[in-house]
Amino acid sequence: MATLSYSKESAAGTLTVRALREGFYAGLIALGLFVLFVGLETTQNIRNELVLNQRWGLLAIFVAVAAVGRFLGVAYVQPWAAARKAARAAVVQKEAPEGFFVRNFSKLAIVALVLMPPVAVSLLGVQGSLKWVDNFGIQILIYVMLAWGLNIVVGLAGLLDLGYVAFYAVGAYSYALLSQYFGLSFWVLLPLAGMLAACWGIILGFPVLRLRGDYLAIVTLAFGEIIRLVLINWTEVTKGTFGVSGIPKASVFGIWSFDVSAHNNFAKAFGLPMSSAYYKIFLFYLILALALLTAFVTIRLRRMPIGRAWEALREDEIACRSLGINTVTTKLTAFATGAMFGGIAGSFFAVRQGFVSPESFVFLESAIILAIVVLGGMGSLVGIAVAATVMVGGTELLREMTFLKTIFGPDFTPELYRMLIFGVAMVVVMVWKPRGFVGSREPTAFLHERKAVSGSFTKEGHG
Amino acid sequence: MAAGANLMNNDPILKVEHLSMRFGGLMAINDLSFEARRGDITALIGPNGAGKTTVFNCITGFYKPTMGMISMTQQSGKKFLLERMPDFEITRDAKVARTFQNIRMFSGLTVLENLLVAQHNMLMRASGYTILGLFGYSGYRRAKEQSIEIAKHWLEKADLIERADDPAGDLPYGAQRRLEIARAMCTGPEFLCLDEPAAGLNPRESQALNELLRSIRKDTGTSILLIEHDMSVVMGISDHVIVLEYGQKISDGTPDEVKNDPKVIAAYLGVEDEEVEEVIEQIVEIETKQGGQI
Repeated sequence: MATLSYSKESAAGTLTVRALREGFYAGLIALGLFVLFVGLETTQNIRNELVLNQRWGLLAIFVAVAAVGRFLGVAYVQPWAAARKAARAAVVQKEAPEGFFVRNFSKLAIVALVLMPPVAVSLLGVQGSLKWVDNFGIQILIYVMLAWGLNIVVGLAGLLDLGYVAFYAVGAYSYALLSQYFGLSFWVLLPLAGMLAACWGIILGFPVLRLRGDYLAIVTLAFGEIIRLVLINWTEVTKGTFGVSGIPKASVFGIWSFDVSAHNNFAKAFGLPMSSAYYKIFLFYLILALALLTAFVTIRLRRMPIGRAWEALREDEIACRSLGINTVTTKLTAFATGAMFGGIAGSFFAVRQGFVSPESFVFLESAIILAIVVLGGMGSLVGIAVAATVMVGGTELLREMTFLKTIFGPDFTPELYRMLIFGVAMVVVMVWKPRGFVGSREPTAFLHERKAVSGSFTKEGHG
Repeated sequence: MAAGANLMNNDPILKVEHLSMRFGGLMAINDLSFEARRGDITALIGPNGAGKTTVFNCITGFYKPTMGMISMTQQSGKKFLLERMPDFEITRDAKVARTFQNIRMFSGLTVLENLLVAQHNMLMRASGYTILGLFGYSGYRRAKEQSIEIAKHWLEKADLIERADDPAGDLPYGAQRRLEIARAMCTGPEFLCLDEPAAGLNPRESQALNELLRSIRKDTGTSILLIEHDMSVVMGISDHVIVLEYGQKISDGTPDEVKNDPKVIAAYLGVEDEEVEEVIEQIVEIETKQGGQI
């Protein structure tokens, strides 16, 4: 540190001297360390006698590497790293005002999503747009909605739920079974599926109220598996592993149908050529609306007393109780609200696939949804949406990467490496941004100015 | 004080009778009875491990006492048996608020949000249990503005108004202590339990704390029960001191009476009985010095 006050030349001089000295010491230490390990080697010769080999050349290389490495490190690498750090600190101090794009990111993203199907249709034709609208658009938006729903439980209330896919399954089977057995329409069943899932959320909530942290995670995990096993084994109702097929399609509020034979078929009514793409585009807008509803409700709830109580619960449950907050009902409403959105997303899933089976609701799905929430930054809607796009869209994109075959040979199928890449990406993001893409938290009320709360203050919750 | 004094006829606000708390083989509190009078600042002191915090946890419902009765009488004459109520109802209905020995902030929420969380029950009712509020009901908006006014009032009292939009975890220790008291006051309590509010404060900060507590009592008529080791706080502001040792009450009276009680001195200093006289003399000496300062 003292060298900082010297003039530049003398500073450089002392630095070189210091580097030489440290290099010399490093060489000395290396010599001491390696003289017996490297310099001398004992082996057996052909007559089974112990012989001592002397390897002074190798030892010299070891010592030289240590000495030169230390010299270079002290003389060049350390000053360079310090200068870079200082330069970065100086840049941060300037704190350029956020660009137009960053400020209006969510609005721009919504506009882009609304415009996506027409743009895709006009560029790629009706059939060509299917891939982008269905495989990417709908798939990603389902996960966005699920992750936003789970965010209420995990991100806001801090209750680690590993069985979230159970509510997704409840919603999907509610729609599949009730429409098959009772012939109810999609628009009746959509809220009903949400309510049924919310009921299951409360049923799960009751036994786990006293549990925290790891114990809560394990019980919710078990709950997810119970639901799946019931779906597999209750064959009279759910048809077991065969699944429920032939699930009726949704209609545009009952005005236009997408059944080919129906007299009020959408394509017929508008004189368009028959194509399944219209249905997919309709579903795209439907899931977009449902996801935005989830976001809207979450944003509103955060500013309500219940939302603040959820976040307070995440921060400190005992303090919550000392302030007269009923933690039982607060936890149950978090479970129920999160489960409701999972159920709605589930019934959408059923209507999109036209087929549900227990295989769609394995633990891996829960893990992916939770991973999206954690990667996005717990509590942050924008971060979660970005994480869902990267994770789900990224794995979907792997299918497109046929050029990899030219590198790795024709047998290479990138999809098989999906989970590997998923895992590597998660590790990288967690090292680079341990609090997720958006780690800071927006306060729900302010007196003077709205300042984001840094992620280092918020807690992850403990149960 | 005048407005408050009329209402305060010095009847007991909190009555603890034959309270016992057993943890396995350990009798943490053994047949403890005391009263806290309305409008008073009552101090609960005693050596480490005497059971002071256990008494607090029994009063605020965090522990269920093994035996005994804790009754709280509100200004309106309504009576609550605290040992039968769950912890959150004690704050919500009986209007007993508390703070913690190791500060429990919502560190990721801003200072203002901390105070709004404390007004949860009022806001929940105003928002029609969230449903009306979700649709932008005007009554909720008014209640929200009112709650921010209340929060502002307490922020000014606790001298935290400048830091209202900072995360609570970012505040220095002394400010967090004041914020915790302000947060407890935002629940609108009639009885405030403070667990070592001056722990870790420097002399200037504990002086400010004394001021805050005095003004809380004067302006709101809230009765206060506090655990404290800092004798400048205890002797400076309390009207009534109760001394515990090994879960039992060994002394009860005004600060002066307690200070001169040989049992208390023995408990604190652990001296032989013969030496007690000597110690009393020393204490008197210190006290006269302190009296001069105050």
